[in-house]
Amino acid sequence: MLTSSTGPESRPPTQLTPVSPRKLGILLASLPLLFSIVFAQDLTQGTPSSQTSPRVDFETSVRPILSGKCHRCHGSELQLGGLRLDQRKAALSGGYSGLVILPGESAQSKLIQLVSGEIKGKLMPLDGPRLTPAEVALLRLWIDQGADWPETALSAEAASTEEAPRRQTHWSLRPPERPELPHVMLRSWVRNPIDTFVLERLESEGTTPSPEAARSTLIRRLYLDLIGLPPPPEALEAFLADHRPDAYERLVTHLLSSSHYGEKWARHWLDLARYADSDGYNDGPRPHAWRYRHWVIQALNGNLPFDQFTIQQMAGDLLPDATVEQRVATGFHRNTLTQRETGTDREEFRVKQIVDRANTVGAVWLGLTVGCAQCHDHKYDPITQKEYYRLYAFFNGDKEVNIEAPLPGEMGPYLQQSPEYQRRRRELLDQYPALALQPQWEARLLEAASTSEVDLIWTLAWRKVGWLFDGGQEILRLDPSQRTQKQKDQLSDYFVGAYNHVVDKGKYEELGLAKLKEELVKMRAEFPSLSEAQTLIPHSHPPTTHLHLRGDFRNPGIEVRPGTPAVLHPLLSQTAPTRLELAQWLVSKKNPLTARVTVNRMWQEFFGTGLVGTAGDFGVRGERPSHPKLLDWLATEFMSSGWNLKQMHRLIVESATYRQASKLRLDLQELDPANRLLARQTRLRLSAELIRDSVLAASNLLYPVVGGKSILPPLPKGLADLGHRFQGWEKSQGKDRYRRGLYVLAKRTAPYPQLMVFDAPDAQESCTRRERSTTALQALNLLNDPVFFEAAQALAIRLLQEESGDVQKRLEYGFQVCLAREPNSTETDRLLRYYEQQREILRQEPASIAKVLPLELIDKTDPASAAAWVGVSSVLLNLEEFITRE
Amino acid sequence: MNLQEFKQIQTRRHFLERCAGGLGMAALWNLLAQEGLAGRLQTELAQVNPLHPRAPHFPATAKNVIFLFMAGAPSQVDLFDPKPELKKWEGLPLPPSMTKDLKLAFIKPTAEIWASQREFRRYGECGMEFSDLLPHTAKCADDICMIRSMYTDQFNHHPGQLMFSCGAPLAGRPAMGSWITYGLGSESQNLPGFVVLSSGDPTHSGSKAWSNGFLPSSYQGVPFRSGGDPVLYLSNPEGISENSQRARLDVLRDLNQERFADAGDIEIASRIASYELAFRMQSAAPELLDLSQEPQEIQNLYGVNNQPDSYATARKTNSNQFAINCLLARRMVERGVRFVQVTHSSWDDHTELNKRLKSNCEMTDQPTAALLKDLKQRGLLEDTLVIWGGEFGRTPMVERSKVGAGDTRGRDHHPFAFTLWMAGGGIRGGQIVGQTDELGLNIQKDKIHVHDLHATILHCLGLDHEQLTYRYQGRDFRLTDVAGKVVHQLLV
Repeated sequence: MLTSSTGPESRPPTQLTPVSPRKLGILLASLPLLFSIVFAQDLTQGTPSSQTSPRVDFETSVRPILSGKCHRCHGSELQLGGLRLDQRKAALSGGYSGLVILPGESAQSKLIQLVSGEIKGKLMPLDGPRLTPAEVALLRLWIDQGADWPETALSAEAASTEEAPRRQTHWSLRPPERPELPHVMLRSWVRNPIDTFVLERLESEGTTPSPEAARSTLIRRLYLDLIGLPPPPEALEAFLADHRPDAYERLVTHLLSSSHYGEKWARHWLDLARYADSDGYNDGPRPHAWRYRHWVIQALNGNLPFDQFTIQQMAGDLLPDATVEQRVATGFHRNTLTQRETGTDREEFRVKQIVDRANTVGAVWLGLTVGCAQCHDHKYDPITQKEYYRLYAFFNGDKEVNIEAPLPGEMGPYLQQSPEYQRRRRELLDQYPALALQPQWEARLLEAASTSEVDLIWTLAWRKVGWLFDGGQEILRLDPSQRTQKQKDQLSDYFVGAYNHVVDKGKYEELGLAKLKEELVKMRAEFPSLSEAQTLIPHSHPPTTHLHLRGDFRNPGIEVRPGTPAVLHPLLSQTAPTRLELAQWLVSKKNPLTARVTVNRMWQEFFGTGLVGTAGDFGVRGERPSHPKLLDWLATEFMSSGWNLKQMHRLIVESATYRQASKLRLDLQELDPANRLLARQTRLRLSAELIRDSVLAASNLLYPVVGGKSILPPLPKGLADLGHRFQGWEKSQGKDRYRRGLYVLAKRTAPYPQLMVFDAPDAQESCTRRERSTTALQALNLLNDPVFFEAAQALAIRLLQEESGDVQKRLEYGFQVCLAREPNSTETDRLLRYYEQQREILRQEPASIAKVLPLELIDKTDPASAAAWVGVSSVLLNLEEFITRE
Repeated sequence: MNLQEFKQIQTRRHFLERCAGGLGMAALWNLLAQEGLAGRLQTELAQVNPLHPRAPHFPATAKNVIFLFMAGAPSQVDLFDPKPELKKWEGLPLPPSMTKDLKLAFIKPTAEIWASQREFRRYGECGMEFSDLLPHTAKCADDICMIRSMYTDQFNHHPGQLMFSCGAPLAGRPAMGSWITYGLGSESQNLPGFVVLSSGDPTHSGSKAWSNGFLPSSYQGVPFRSGGDPVLYLSNPEGISENSQRARLDVLRDLNQERFADAGDIEIASRIASYELAFRMQSAAPELLDLSQEPQEIQNLYGVNNQPDSYATARKTNSNQFAINCLLARRMVERGVRFVQVTHSSWDDHTELNKRLKSNCEMTDQPTAALLKDLKQRGLLEDTLVIWGGEFGRTPMVERSKVGAGDTRGRDHHPFAFTLWMAGGGIRGGQIVGQTDELGLNIQKDKIHVHDLHATILHCLGLDHEQLTYRYQGRDFRLTDVAGKVVHQLLV
């Protein structure tokens, strides 16, 4: 006891304290004895009577216990569980699990329950000496006497430090200030303000920028970075011949207005939005997910300002007179995983979705790892667990719905054919007498829903409605007369498919329902339908939100209301803020993070690494910016441009910094091995999707239609077995097979192999930065994947058809198509030698010629020579340079 | 090598992997100037190669792992943990005191008790009990350490399987095999360090059970498939002979080297090396898969040519695939593959338990025992850790969720107490660890959480589960999250 009161965790009382430390020790040491004499009887039972006892003085008797045994975890430094016991107001308002001191009711006070060990497995303090029985008794008595905690000077002092607003010392939490442009020596190099900041740093390090890259490199770089496709030879030729001083800027304008721009930058956004075409977990299909992707592409092509882009995705449904497109945008939140595995607790997975929504907002807009505060206060950043659940609360009152979201041209034919569809549907259903079983089925399901003592089979069938049929339980509960036609159709469709939950397989087939299910699908395919989209609507009776103690939803703590972290700027409306207010708060010009985090990710796309290397973590544990003033300049520029994405992209690519050569420099090896000073550009391996796109573009196979549904390229046999429930996806036919990588079906548990081996994210959670790995599986993929081999064949045909000159001319053309440059003499010689060698091998293996290049595709050319071009083409498409942005 | 040195190397590797250029480039640049490309480049590339073998934190008792993952959750009541008491209570619900907080996936806590219909006998010198469905595995009793006190916090398949294979119920975390190859690299220069073999039905967790998560994709599990190319895109396109492929790779190497000389980016050298490894894999993998190299008696030991049992055939399952996979697992370990994940699915016997359990055991019992015997006779069991188990167990109560004729009874998911066994690689065989209550509902002694299992597996490999970390989104992640204790009781 003596030791604990003078231990390191107890603070020496100030001069105002009436008891000296020494005296305090003696007093505490003598307490057990004192009390054991006076209250021996009561103490053993732990219930001293408050009436008969002398009054407990807080300062002399209670505070020493609290400071000796509690303040280490619940004091000014740490407030574990949100509890602070060194200050009156805080202590009496309790912690995350609620009040801990109930004046007058010691038995009900959690403080007593915890220090006395009454709650099994929970004895406080967690480490260090426990409270002695006498100390517990003293606390009990103090509480029973009313927990009187006088406002002394000591408490006042503690209060003043507590109440002071948390100082925003971390750089990213202070608002960006527009910096002055620095003075630089090499002014001739500067093309725009970006360069002055970069150059200032280079000059202070005593080095110089790299020369501008070759024009052929620049056009390929611009094409890949802005639209994600390599430049066609005609564009290359035109650019090289364009000697106007603003040829480069004209090219930028041209590319920014290309409809492929939206595709390139949509993919980047979809990483953040954890977009996929399946549910995750046991991974059923999401046939409407693409509609959100379609919106992203259109929004980026239309250069929707980033604040609007944000608001519509965060809360498009809450905008006054929300348009269909604005509601489609809110599908952003629907990209969370959905658990449909039967037997799961639906609430558990609803909570997981909301956690993911809160974490995603943190990562994408704030660049903060807010999710770390899900189970306890953030260990490094100024976000408490309570604040985390206040952010969570914004999303707790939503319902998931699908809406009709027709694309232009869909509505007319749909309306026209709708009566005929209903007629045919009725006709079909009438042929199946088993449909008469539906009312009885409905009744038994409802019975199972309301009582617990029925057959397990029906209970499970009712629960399955919840897992498998969104909104199904609500429809079932509606009186049939109140159901819309669509709801009626949905319910009977579900009945037809799900009746086998309650009868055995033989009976189900005998009733013909399996066949009817097929017929319904077939018939529906004959009629025009409206595209649908996934979105959110606010719940009519939103549940109250509680903090989850230790992050466990089954362990609710105090109630919390929607709100934002105190360390950041305040919300406009404090009363009952909605998602819409949260969205407006995110893109408020007072927000120090959103603009910085967004321009940093742009920088990452153009230079490989952001000015802050940890794009998803601007917190204390994240990297500090390499060029703080440049980051702030870009952030303020972004906001004052009206959040104009294209304008920012233009600014960056028109800078001299961006235009530098990427070649490694010996003189920089020691100074700046990671190229953070930006004395050169960085060579970047293309992303998974851009590798596919480049291969398809170079081989002229690319089907460049923009937007629309997902596609599934041919898959190797047996692959589908690796994931659960791959059924239901049909392989794309015709030209759809050759669409860009961002349209490839994103099946969470069975990702498309080419995308997976080249580091595409798995869409489990928001991805702010992709890895770039180099593996043997990538080599096998590029060498042997039939998709890529077909591209090599197509490229060979392209070279044969478009360049009728000699072998060397064709080689040069191939280099232009694939690398946007001329080969040097070593390269030409080596490829010519390979071409000869390949032709020789094929002549010796004549049977393989037709396999390498189907003969019907060849016109006039000698078959072995033609087929040798497939080899050359495959080599070009496998070159490290081909999959690299120089 | 001490921990500090290990960390330095990790950092250096990390650096080289991520940065085009990097410190290694400076060194390389000088070397190139002095000696040209040959020789030293290989050394430098070995450092860049994320799978280059690395020393453990402390001396290991196991070098390799064969993880026999019985996805779907086999019934411990019917295989490993006999509960004769259940017969007394057959047909009765559990007392309300035991079901107060019981939460189950499908059945109600009041479902009636259903005693196992299996016969149990004692085997080996240790007298370990096994059910009559596992006559072969039973004969390895003295090599097996049976844990009857496993538990997990997940009672659904997808999160449960992820918890079991990746240490967290969420997808997107690295699998055990990824962590281990990240920690130790791989001895094999021609094969992936982490290989996945599957038989039976598709699993709930799919590729997430062998995902590299946030680790670099070099540590991804590589599935070897039963049909088509064993590794995706392993064989040359049609019409491309080996000669032709070699010529293609030679010209690629020369052109990439030409580029390397000009641009000087180590990433190009790394790409060249990846193509060479791919080429070696193209010949090593088919050699590995060629089971005709194995003598007949070995093939028979595993039962690779056994006739499919009729129930499995009806379910369109390749009933000898697990046997083939076990034999392949041994061949992989021999060739230096670090971690082989052999999944057999599905043991999810909600219905028709007796019929389905028999079928699964017929497919897996003999090959499992053969693997242990074969590893042992070759001296490989000493440093190969073998783990057999599913994501949770099954209830001692009955589930009646299927309409139909015959015995359709099954058991529901049971995360509170289940059985798993381990052998080899520093595990003390011939012992039973843990004990459940007389109904098999709860653990009475030596509770072992999945995190503890993972900590122990890493320990056998010489890895400290608290030190094997990876920084991602501002946090140092571990296979064992913030939990896990090495269970020394299991070890020799």
